[in-house]
Amino acid sequence: MSDVKGRRDNAAKRARVLSRTKAAMPVAPSLDGPRTERAVDAELESPVPKGGIVGVLQQPYLLRLLVRRQLAQQYAASLLGFLWSYIQPAFRFVVYFLIFGYVFKIHQGTPNFAIHLFCGIVFVHYFSETVNGGVRSIWSNRSLVKKMAMPREIFPVSSMLVAAYHTLPQFVLLSVICVVVGITPDWTGLAALLLGIAIIVVFSTAIALLLSAVNVYYRDFQNIVATLLQMIHFMVPMMYPISRIQQLGADHPVLYQLYMANPACQAVLLVQRFFWYGTNKHDGKAAGINGSGGFPPDMFLRGIITLVLSIVLLWLCQKAFSRLESKFPERI
Amino acid sequence: MSVSIEVENVSKVFSMHYHRTLKQLSVGMVKRQETSKTFQALTDVSFTVEQGEAVGLMGLNGSGKSTLLKLINGVMKPDVGTIRTRGRIAGLIATGAGFQPQLSGRDNLFLNAAILGMNEAETKAKFDEIVDFADIGEFLDTPVSHYSSGMYARLGFSIAVHVDADVFLADEVLAVGDRPFKQKCMAKMQEIRSQGTTIFYVSHAAASVESMCDRILVLESGNLNYDSKVVPDGSVQGGIRYLHYDEPETDAGDEVSSGVSARSDAALGADI
Repeated sequence: MSDVKGRRDNAAKRARVLSRTKAAMPVAPSLDGPRTERAVDAELESPVPKGGIVGVLQQPYLLRLLVRRQLAQQYAASLLGFLWSYIQPAFRFVVYFLIFGYVFKIHQGTPNFAIHLFCGIVFVHYFSETVNGGVRSIWSNRSLVKKMAMPREIFPVSSMLVAAYHTLPQFVLLSVICVVVGITPDWTGLAALLLGIAIIVVFSTAIALLLSAVNVYYRDFQNIVATLLQMIHFMVPMMYPISRIQQLGADHPVLYQLYMANPACQAVLLVQRFFWYGTNKHDGKAAGINGSGGFPPDMFLRGIITLVLSIVLLWLCQKAFSRLESKFPERI
Repeated sequence: MSVSIEVENVSKVFSMHYHRTLKQLSVGMVKRQETSKTFQALTDVSFTVEQGEAVGLMGLNGSGKSTLLKLINGVMKPDVGTIRTRGRIAGLIATGAGFQPQLSGRDNLFLNAAILGMNEAETKAKFDEIVDFADIGEFLDTPVSHYSSGMYARLGFSIAVHVDADVFLADEVLAVGDRPFKQKCMAKMQEIRSQGTTIFYVSHAAASVESMCDRILVLESGNLNYDSKVVPDGSVQGGIRYLHYDEPETDAGDEVSSGVSARSDAALGADI
């Protein structure tokens, strides 16, 4: 017992010295006059901010500032700045176009191959950037996560918005090119476009949300994700037409189902249905491509099922995030 | 009077993990070393604070003060028990937390204010006041990475005190500023206090706590051992005495003592 007292005395002595030297605080007299009674018009509730994707989207102002912060961070001390988010996809486009178009002669059977390819590049870029930025988002904002009370979902969501901010001009460019080439939009195509965008947004947000939390525990995940994302370009039908995969499906039905189950692949197909198929249609029928453009007949059914599953996945990832989140402050 | 902060049977355990990689983990398991260890930061802490009360939280380093403050701020959730607060909380858990080095002082000001719950109109209305108080003048548009640590802290503090909060939490972050700025901060906190805001003040400076607070809580190794409202004949001075912060210095520490706080401490010592 005396040991405890001795320890306390010593510590108190140290604290006393500290309070006189380093942490010396001046004394301000309390103000005269009666203190105002402050009536607080709020309920007594947990101080932990209401999280969840829904809670985050209700704070558009904070979200906007965080997106701007992330952009500033990304382009700090960079000469080309914002241009970097175009150079990479542009470079990739040129390489794929030359190799697959000219060397593998894909463009012979695929009219407007450039548009076919560009649809894929734009949406895969959005997907990779959301997932890649999302998985790092919590860890790279750890100073905020540790000290400030805010819904943590805001970090993966703002990564998703940063990706959208980068991808939107590419999307506009794609639209302009299609108009110049001559596009005949139709309602089926428009429905496909919206369905494709919905799938990729919901699916990539779900993955980013889950991995951002897991990455706090094991930083391996940011490397795993970077490795897997290198393959995504080959797993969607952009360098080759989907008809090649359907031929494969006859011999290897399991592989075909696995390939088609990829939400990114379905999103790219649906988007191509609007842009690429639209530019190949003259006089009401597709020139150079037979029938339905080689698209799988069950494309819409699959797309709707995938969207529903992605929404369920997002909900599950949100649940998992909330569980993992409680240990963030001590894991960071 | 309404309840402002309600802490009920709160405990918090931290787990520390020693081995991070798979290799370290397996080697550790083969050697039968502990791979993780838990640390009880807070044990069954309960108290209620009325709106408008100014509470001083004291305790030695590692006694759980910061953990308790983070729990009240909502950065962490308690493992056991509940914490409930009323109204908007502005915390000085760490001034300038989340400042982005590449962004200018102006941008950081807006971001930090937004995190503390201020909207755009509110921030704009208080902008000049915040900048004046922080006294960063011409450096407003300079990236904060070029700021001195004093300027950093001044800007952070200035934003936090200008949030129209119902609960104000202050950790020992004020230790960074110079003496005139500290004086200004303490005066500002007295002003906030007189406006009926609940204040939760963590400090080692006994004289400062005494002048600022109506009530004192003392934490020792995660246990709330002294609450001047609960202990019979409890008082702020009583809490300081409990911690032995009032004993006159008998060693070389005395020579460095100077200024107001030291004098008040000595006066306090004469009190017993």
